[in-house]
Amino acid sequence: MAPPTSSAVTLRINGEKHTLPVDHRTTLLDALREQLDLTGTKKGCDQGQCGACTVLLDGRRAVSCLQLAVAAEGREITTIEGVADGERLHPVQQAFLDLDGYQCGYCTPGQICSALAVIEEHAAGWPSAVTADVRPEAGVPALTADEIRERMSGNLCRCGAYVSIVQAVARAAGAAGAPVVPRQGTGPGDAGAPADGEAAA
Amino acid sequence: MREFGYRRAHDVHGAVALLAAEPEARLLGGGTNLVDLMKTGVERPALLIDVQDLPLDRIEVTQDGGLRIGATVTNSALAADPEVRRRYPALAQAVLSGASGQLRNMATVGGNLLQRTRCGYFTDPAAACNKRVPGAGCPAIEGEHHNHAILGASGHCVAVHPSDMGVALAAFDAVVGYETADGPGELPLAEFYLPVGDTPHLETALPSGALITGLRLPPAPVAAVSRYRKVRERASYAFAIGSLAAALDVHDGTVREVRLAFGAVASRPWRARTAERVLTGGPASAEAFAAAADAELAAAEALPHNGYKVTLMRNLVVALLTELTEEAAR
Repeated sequence: MAPPTSSAVTLRINGEKHTLPVDHRTTLLDALREQLDLTGTKKGCDQGQCGACTVLLDGRRAVSCLQLAVAAEGREITTIEGVADGERLHPVQQAFLDLDGYQCGYCTPGQICSALAVIEEHAAGWPSAVTADVRPEAGVPALTADEIRERMSGNLCRCGAYVSIVQAVARAAGAAGAPVVPRQGTGPGDAGAPADGEAAA
Repeated sequence: MREFGYRRAHDVHGAVALLAAEPEARLLGGGTNLVDLMKTGVERPALLIDVQDLPLDRIEVTQDGGLRIGATVTNSALAADPEVRRRYPALAQAVLSGASGQLRNMATVGGNLLQRTRCGYFTDPAAACNKRVPGAGCPAIEGEHHNHAILGASGHCVAVHPSDMGVALAAFDAVVGYETADGPGELPLAEFYLPVGDTPHLETALPSGALITGLRLPPAPVAAVSRYRKVRERASYAFAIGSLAAALDVHDGTVREVRLAFGAVASRPWRARTAERVLTGGPASAEAFAAAADAELAAAEALPHNGYKVTLMRNLVVALLTELTEEAAR
């Protein structure tokens, strides 16, 4: 007998449980937007290539367009709606606002969810593809502009607000205590970015 | 997308039993390749067996000083692991050079090995493709093939394997472990991917109904001085047009041991054993590195639009081995 092609699933989203019927073909992205009215998470390419649909699964960033909703049962899901503390913005959100880390804003929820994870991954000592020496004895690399650009490369911005996005991530990371040394000359304001991070702290 | 059933497996034997009972089942790891292919109709499973909860998410140092890596270890966890970074730095670099932070958090080691080519004809169900429909033809040979194979291809398929991780695994003689309804088995990576020949739709030597349980990396002191270099059409977040995993042990200017594996040049990670033989016991010089690369690439058969890869790989071998020689001298 053919197995059922839909199930009732319970998803834990931003600390709340939601039980809903899902066709197994439903992605987490579509369940959030179409069934739960959590439209902060955006659909861009729907192919895992643009990062607009980035959410956190058990604290780790993931693209919700390639995550089946049924397979997300049992995971702790955090969307952009769960990032702020009530009316108080998260420091990453505030940094994007203060430094204009966007233009049209469509990719911004994904950028912010990704940036939250970048700061945590860096704090956990994860190297990146631009880290010169990945051996643990080499220590954790400073979060330079090159490191931020590489770590954020899964989030595309069609408006090209990258210069400000890098600054916003650097400021938020600096405020969270990360060593931040953005490269000089990538944009106005970058030269003062290490102090920028400290100033925000 | 075809409708499908979903079962979450909690132990290896349960997963293997589910797989044996449904020939049209697929295993779901991170889903970053499978779900994408299901959306376009390239993959049409009747059942997904979710393996994310299987207890295969550990990385352990083996008694002999190698590593055992579980199949559901994520790419992120693999690249962040201190023992991987210390013992096989090129493996960590290879994994970090692939995809994005989001995708590396989702993707698993087992799924990475089984990911499919990104050849545009394979991923487009409206196009002919011998890999999808045996006998349908290969439009890439006379069409868009600037990122297709120069080594080991056939007149039936010229697609390349997209994995970065697999290239480093090939250099370090990884062994793939699997479980079937008839018991466990192992396949060295060198035998894991099948030659293309006239059967490009048969990609691996895994027996039917097999579940990859993990990898074994034999101890390789040479790997402590190793690097992965990836060339792509933009600075980040793209598949390779050519890549190289290299490890080198030099003493008094002489090559004692060398490992070389090429990526994005063949249907599988390409261990460059000819180049290794040419180099071993000889001088660690730019001339010798170039001669070794030429010996390996003598077998290359370029298509009209991918001949640049021969030059690219030669330059990569010289550059990376020169860097490793300098690193070894420090």
